[in-house]
Amino acid sequence: MSRLKEKIYRWLFTALAFSSLLFLVGIMAVLFKEGLPVFKEVSPANFIFGKSWYPTYSVPEFGILPLILASLWVTAGAVAVSVPLGIGSALYIHELAGKKQKAVLKPLIEMLAAIPSIVFGFFGMVVVAPFLQKVFAIPTGLCGLTASVVLGIMAIPTVSSLADDALGFVPRSFKEASYALGANRWQTLYKVVIPAAGSGISTAIILGMSRIVGETMTVLMVSGGAAVMPSSFLQPMRPLTSTIAAEMGEAAMGGTHYHALFAIGLVLFLITLVFNVAAEVISRRYRIKLGLNR
Amino acid sequence: MDINPARISVENLNFYYGNKQALKNINLNIFEKKVTAIIGPSGCGKSTFIRLLNRMNDLVPGGRVEGSILLDGSDINAPEADVVDIRRRVGMVFQKPNPFAKSISQNISYGLELEGSRKKDFIERKIEESLKKAALWEEVKDRLDESALGLSGGQQQRLCIARCLAVEPEVILFDEPCASLDPISTKKIEELILELKKDYTIIIVTHNMQQAARVSDYTAFMYLGELVEFGHTEKVFTVPKEKRTEEYLSGKFG
Ligand SMILES: Nc1ncnc2c1ncn2[C@@H]1O[C@H](COP(=O)(O)OP(=O)(O)OP(=O)(O)O)[C@@H](O)[C@H]1O
Ligand SMILES: [Mg+2]
Repeated sequence: MSRLKEKIYRWLFTALAFSSLLFLVGIMAVLFKEGLPVFKEVSPANFIFGKSWYPTYSVPEFGILPLILASLWVTAGAVAVSVPLGIGSALYIHELAGKKQKAVLKPLIEMLAAIPSIVFGFFGMVVVAPFLQKVFAIPTGLCGLTASVVLGIMAIPTVSSLADDALGFVPRSFKEASYALGANRWQTLYKVVIPAAGSGISTAIILGMSRIVGETMTVLMVSGGAAVMPSSFLQPMRPLTSTIAAEMGEAAMGGTHYHALFAIGLVLFLITLVFNVAAEVISRRYRIKLGLNR
Repeated sequence: MDINPARISVENLNFYYGNKQALKNINLNIFEKKVTAIIGPSGCGKSTFIRLLNRMNDLVPGGRVEGSILLDGSDINAPEADVVDIRRRVGMVFQKPNPFAKSISQNISYGLELEGSRKKDFIERKIEESLKKAALWEEVKDRLDESALGLSGGQQQRLCIARCLAVEPEVILFDEPCASLDPISTKKIEELILELKKDYTIIIVTHNMQQAARVSDYTAFMYLGELVEFGHTEKVFTVPKEKRTEEYLSGKFG
């Protein structure tokens, strides 16, 4: 009886574990099936490197380079916001904050992650955009910079909590060895703790980036939506995700536009895949380096 | 009888972790260029005691010291005492080898760079000199730029000793330096300690009675936070004054 029970449990959990694999394969199958047909109309090179995105013109053009560049610009800007703030707060929480401050700060930062992205979108539209519009005297505040700032803030919890974990992985014995040689707190932090946590911190940054690249709702609301080649942060942009979200409703199912949007999804998927694999490789190396995998 | 002067004098030392008293009224002298072994059952306060000698317990939240620890006559816990200077004069080797995740040579140059040494040939000379003193030079001289984490446990521990020697301490604290090592590495470290005794004042915590007997000149037996007995090693081991010492040495508890 108990044998049978055990077998059933085994079977059940195996099925559960593999179901997510099934979903992954299914989603990829859909992406490929719906995305690849676009290449019957547009060559892959013209799709990726084409500078014009006019999917609804009478002679439509499906070049997504402006969208890719918009994603890269916005991501780079958001990294410039989230990395100093996220890593700074992780260092503060880990090294300087007292027990009480830590008990308050850590949950507070993690609460940032619990705010729905549409709320961040509102915040961007109502607070950040008008502010930047005034500061830079630009025609509209809905631009790449606004998207970067808002996305950067959204990525802080990811970067901060992963960087905090990475700092926590640094063996206490490293710090003690450093102090015992006469190092002060700062020297220990700069020369021992941060280098030892280095790859873990890079992983935090990469996963933060992957979160930024994939974010949709907020970008749609604050980036301005102009599908032109970006040349300045202060100009409206249309990153990959918001393109899909904005146009999916109007694209005729089965048409080239429709397939092109799926192909954009494929490109996005590949970008985040690269980020995640990079993060995984780096963090594995880092665990081996610290001897945690023995 | 004690020809060498006391390098460290501990007077009426108490230490508390929060409300818990871990050391009770310890009085003892550590003599210049001698090896002092600290023995006692697990949890009796050996680590707590030696970590006070280079103020490593400063890092313990809620830790509190009473009494005085005089290093060459001046109190290391006095407000004007310079903790960096104290930790440089009183080096420490830990129970588990803990080289940095850096190269072999960087492990040694670390301490030198902290004090502002930038001269390349000086640092190279120091690396060679301290690795030789730690009896590791021959084994690693061709791989100084490789990661220290690739060394064996015994080699890592000798690297930690070399790292400690590079900043020229006067006193070296060893907290169970052989606890995670095999017998051959242990023997090497013991020989090294006997060699280092010529130039350094050494304190070693050990659970291994034979080791204490082999390497030390003085032995302190601690029990439940108290210093039960302190004296010349051969006396403590052959004619202990205290009944508890005798019982511990004969394996009745601990
Ligand atoms: N950070 C700490 N906070 C609170 N109590 C501690 C702390 N470190 C040690 N203690 C307690 O203080 C007492 C002495 O500990 P200590 O580590 O000095 O013993 P030890 O003699 O070195 O033991 P062992 O032989 O196992 O290493 C123990 O009861 C221990 O539980
Ligand atoms: Mg101990």
